[in-house]
Amino acid sequence: MSSNNKSNSQNEKVLLKGNEAFAEAAIRGGLRFYFGYPITPQSEIPEFMSRELPKRGGVFLQAESELGAINMAYGAGAAGGAVFISSSSPGIALMQEGMSFLCSAEVPLVALNVSRGGPGIGGIQPGQADYFQTTRGGGNGDYKIPVFAPASIQEAIDLIYEAAELADKWRNPIMIFADGIMGQMMEPVSLPEQRPFIEAGDIRKAKPWAATGYGEDASKRSIVKSLRMQPDELEAHVEKLFEKYARAEKELVRVETRDLDDADIVLVAFGTVARIAREAIDILAERGIKAGLIRPISLWPFPYATFDEIGARTKAVISAELSMGQMLEDVKIGVGKRLPVRLIHRTGGMIPTSLELADSAEKIYIESGGTGFNNILINNTGLQPGRRSGDKEVL
Amino acid sequence: MKPVFTYTKGMVRTDTSYCPGCTHGIAHRLITETLDEMGLLGDAVGVAPIGCAVQAHKFMNLDMCESAHGRAPAVASGIRRVHPDKVVFTYQGDGDLASIGTAEIVHAAARGEKFTTFFINNCIYGMTGGQMAPTTLLGQRSTTSQDGRKKEQAGSPIRVSELLSALDGAVYIERVSLASPAHIRNAKKAVRRAFEIQRQGLGFTFVEFLSTCPTNWGLAPPDAMKWLIDNMIPYYPLGVYREPQAVEKEAAV
Amino acid sequence: MSSQKLFFAGSGGQGIILMGQMVTYAAMFEDKQTTYYPSYGPEMRGGTANCTVIVSDKAVSSPLIYEADCLIAMNLPSLLKFESIVKPGGIMLLNSSIISEKASRSDIRVYYVPTLDVARELGAPKSANMVMLGAAVRATNVVKRETVERVMREKAFTGKKADTIPLNLKAFESFSV
Repeated sequence: MSSNNKSNSQNEKVLLKGNEAFAEAAIRGGLRFYFGYPITPQSEIPEFMSRELPKRGGVFLQAESELGAINMAYGAGAAGGAVFISSSSPGIALMQEGMSFLCSAEVPLVALNVSRGGPGIGGIQPGQADYFQTTRGGGNGDYKIPVFAPASIQEAIDLIYEAAELADKWRNPIMIFADGIMGQMMEPVSLPEQRPFIEAGDIRKAKPWAATGYGEDASKRSIVKSLRMQPDELEAHVEKLFEKYARAEKELVRVETRDLDDADIVLVAFGTVARIAREAIDILAERGIKAGLIRPISLWPFPYATFDEIGARTKAVISAELSMGQMLEDVKIGVGKRLPVRLIHRTGGMIPTSLELADSAEKIYIESGGTGFNNILINNTGLQPGRRSGDKEVL
Repeated sequence: MKPVFTYTKGMVRTDTSYCPGCTHGIAHRLITETLDEMGLLGDAVGVAPIGCAVQAHKFMNLDMCESAHGRAPAVASGIRRVHPDKVVFTYQGDGDLASIGTAEIVHAAARGEKFTTFFINNCIYGMTGGQMAPTTLLGQRSTTSQDGRKKEQAGSPIRVSELLSALDGAVYIERVSLASPAHIRNAKKAVRRAFEIQRQGLGFTFVEFLSTCPTNWGLAPPDAMKWLIDNMIPYYPLGVYREPQAVEKEAAV
Repeated sequence: MSSQKLFFAGSGGQGIILMGQMVTYAAMFEDKQTTYYPSYGPEMRGGTANCTVIVSDKAVSSPLIYEADCLIAMNLPSLLKFESIVKPGGIMLLNSSIISEKASRSDIRVYYVPTLDVARELGAPKSANMVMLGAAVRATNVVKRETVERVMREKAFTGKKADTIPLNLKAFESFSV
């Protein structure tokens, strides 16, 4: 199918594959430099960038490794360039060395993880087991990276586009956490307008901290660095970084909620799983169970305060994720001792169907003291009692 | 009275933190003095390595960027993409460049990146305390080769200039020494040549400085200079390994 | 129609992905909500190729399905593997040119579409998938015929392939359901 690369007006819809949409959003966001290395399931991104960036005035460079890519990104960012990188889980792991440097040196970057199953080389199917790696900082030292997890192609486009601004504003890497499903699926989207690329000659003015060559006045030279040999100096630097992170915790929380005040149970899920959860909620409604939803869009900062909105009717809170229970820990912090917190998970690239999610949630609801009248409703809706989607293959 | 030493414009007016007799100071000065002479100090961005020279920006009076161990060539590749009209260089030691950073230096050279790498080869890890480097000579003692480096166990030292000379993207490679005034004068010519070729946009340029580490070698500075001449130069011969005219001729064949 | 879930299954080279994407484009042109999700075997050629297309009046929730309103099975393995996912009362279209087996279910509507035979008769053996696409679109009413024609012109058969549109349209319209 011929893809439409012409510039589109704000409202004209185009059908884009996730990976290509991510790349297009990055270019339109003004991220002029891309450094990448092939890894499934995101190799369409370097392919797209190699084709599109040069003809639109940007720069594509295929690195020798993910280590090379993140350090090229660090160099280009330190020199004031607007940079985008992408990879998938094991590649993102290699990049953590650089992430730590970028955070300490306060170099902006937009990074995308099209995550897959692990540990080790794992598999190439979708996963969310990079939650700790992403939200806890996978590299050395004290630092934080704001992480946004879109659940649709349109939302991914909007978040990447916005992240280009946030990275500069906060002088910090911003991470977009997608998964292999989002990378491969296609949805109609509207694309934002192209932001102008900053010319090399204008960088010094826009980013006086960048290493560009000082020009005329040596007293204004820039040093981009993370080494601080004096403990008191390093402590002061880290404290300063954490003042910034404290502001981010107030300003960058993003969350979608549904029916928290009168839900029987509340599902917490992000990314693709949140969409499966929405369908599961519809199935549960047919069974007479009202399920609420918390969809964290920012994984860090995590929307802990949102959990206070859960009403008195709720019997349990369920973290649904493609890992052995990583976001679960944040959900437990958010809920505190108020309610039981349970986990529904698949891992290794397996994905729960909405039916499987609904079945497990119903079971948890009943175990948590919910009334079981809904079995009647199951018969009324034509679903077979006891049918468990665990036997069913995910398509 | 005529001063025997003055700070050049490219050097920060500060005390050195390098050990007595260390040749880093000479290399720093050669690089910054050459940039000054070429009128390029304000147009230069340097990339410091991990190692003793991690704080090169304390001494070199230009815009600089620290980099992770061995990654300086990747960092410089990024900087060069953003500022194609600036002068960019990396300054790296032998542990940084020839061990942990082999992938980055080889691929930067292979891509013909238009920056210059200054490679300080003193046959040892300096900052971490005198461990065996990929360039440590056979029989040379270090804290991780206490009976001397053995070929059966650690292989032979890597000759980086020769290694990189196999790559088409590297258009200028010269190995120089900092062990005598004559060597240093010649080294400065190599620095200038590298920057000139970088300005011409011909490809990757590389100058290897045979250097000393009196502290970790356990030698007095004059003895260290002598050790360099007697032991290093025979294994690491001085000279030009690649130069643009020859590379052009090869390409034409 | 509030929501329809279509599942296309066959082997690489049978035009599975093209069929799925054409329905998705048509849904987009009709301002419907739609999501397309492909899944492949590890082989680059000749392996399995499946895709899911969801077309809905409201935002598509799960992009993955556990049951389909309509299964389009282009080869025997697809029939054997996926017949069970069709909802009771749903639709299944079989490529009867290469599938000699019959459907085992009686609670669904089944169409046997001799895609290759029809396409060969038209002198367009490469358009077998368009024969199937036409049958599926008419059986499900998931999108309009005119919209598919627009997709052919604007997306599927552009440039040099534009010449194939008349034949492809003929193939699309050739099988009555």
